[in-house]
Amino acid sequence: MYPPKFDYHRAGSVEEALAMRKEHDGKFLAGGHSLIPVMKLRLADPGCLVDISRIDNLKGICPDGDTVKIGALTTHAMVASSGEVPEALPEAAKMIGDPMVRNRGTVGGNVAHADPASDLPTVLTALGASMQITGEDGSRSVGADDFFTDLFETVLGEDELLTGVTVPAKTAGTGTAYAKLPNPASRYAIVGAAASISVADGKCTAASVAIGGLLPATTRANAVEAALVGQEMTDANIKAAAAAIADSLGDDVMGDIHASADYRKAMAPVMIARAVKTAVGRA
Amino acid sequence: MKVSITVNGKAYTKDVEPRTLLTDFVREHIGLTGTNIGCDTSQCGACTVHMDGMAVKACTVLAVQADGSDVTTIEGLASGGELHPMQNAFWNEHGLQCGYCTPGMIMSSVKLVENNPDITEDEIRHGLEGNICRCTGYQNIIRSIQAGAAAMGGGD
Ligand SMILES: Cc1cc2nc3c(=O)[nH]c(=O)nc-3n(C[C@H](O)[C@H](O)[C@H](O)COP(=O)(O)OP(=O)(O)OC[C@H]3O[C@@H](n4cnc5c(N)ncnc54)[C@H](O)[C@@H]3O)c2cc1C
Ligand code: FES
Ligand code: FES
Repeated sequence: MYPPKFDYHRAGSVEEALAMRKEHDGKFLAGGHSLIPVMKLRLADPGCLVDISRIDNLKGICPDGDTVKIGALTTHAMVASSGEVPEALPEAAKMIGDPMVRNRGTVGGNVAHADPASDLPTVLTALGASMQITGEDGSRSVGADDFFTDLFETVLGEDELLTGVTVPAKTAGTGTAYAKLPNPASRYAIVGAAASISVADGKCTAASVAIGGLLPATTRANAVEAALVGQEMTDANIKAAAAAIADSLGDDVMGDIHASADYRKAMAPVMIARAVKTAVGRA
Repeated sequence: MKVSITVNGKAYTKDVEPRTLLTDFVREHIGLTGTNIGCDTSQCGACTVHMDGMAVKACTVLAVQADGSDVTTIEGLASGGELHPMQNAFWNEHGLQCGYCTPGMIMSSVKLVENNPDITEDEIRHGLEGNICRCTGYQNIIRSIQAGAAAMGGGD
């Protein structure tokens, strides 16, 4: 199976990538592990690809005070083995696809592609990450809460490059975790839940919880967060708080041949409770 | 477009269409047909090769992305007329039936063991997430990789 024909240009820097994209009306190519499959299936026919995978300064994980910057071209394998980022991120990265997918797929590509069944959007939303974006007119930073807008849709313009993602550094008293119910064949999330929980004296002092896989775009579980804060972090309280997701899912829950909407709805509180419990244990 | 890729230690420079996949580069352009194409949709791992020291699915890498890289295929594992210990292990432990998945299984397992010499059975099973076998039921494949790991100098 060949992808449709395209012209190929290789960029050596962010500036060159933006200029090439504009000149040839191209699409960026990072690890190619979402783009090449969709091109083979003729779901995309970009005409021109601008390969950004050799822009070396977009690769790597760089702690910077109370934040950590992850370059857009950092592979899932690099994140999976990183001790510098909050635990939920390597935990999720290890669950992406398989070793070969993790060797090629990148954080930036995963986030820009915004597959509703992807893992990183959910984790980055719970962590309160911000996305670093560069376009011709300069750079901007967008919080994960505002970045993912719909099915395969983000605020990224065609002419903009995601250069990296910034997450808070690990902090004492706060634990993070990701729990997923994977599709047994592809490993994509049927339901994925991420949590960042701060605990003092056994009680939750702050909670950030996100859910993905079952909605067009990953989203914060505000009702669950509100139900957690101030509570003693017992199993029963965590379970009761996780149940609050039911009311906030709305009519957008997706069902398909892999799992019905009802099944996903039933699994959402289970995955949330697992993520919260693990996060509490790490706080 | 001209690409230069070193495959099994030999440098090849070829003029290819940008859409040429690395599977087709090794199979059609340089005639090394040991790398199999199973699903062609990034799922089965039959096409696994090593690119710059990492296991990758060659059906999901463009030859232009591999330009300048060092690639090893199943044909490049044996050296000096001796099979690689992992190849011998698959032979001795009967880690295959039809053999279609085998090149990919062996390329994957060599990297699993190189990256984790004392690999456990559980880690082997998880590590094979991206390699599908429709024949064996995996049992003999796991056994082969354990024997291969021991022969490579580790193993539990
Ligand atoms: C078999 C298989 C299983 C998988 N399982 C999972 C899974 O369990 N969980 C999961 O989360 N993912 C999974 N994936 C997807 C994987 O994580 C992809 O690598 C990822 O989604 C895309 O990253 P990439 O670097 O390959 O991007 P590409 O495929 O190169 O690009 C994807 C899209 O993003 C755009 N893009 C890429 N980088 C940038 C950038 N820096 N700025 C702007 N736009 C950009 C491209 O133009 C393209 O539209 C799987 C993939 C495969 C093939
Ligand atoms: S042929 Fe490449 S993964 Fe199946
Ligand atoms: S031996 Fe037949 S597919 Fe594995």
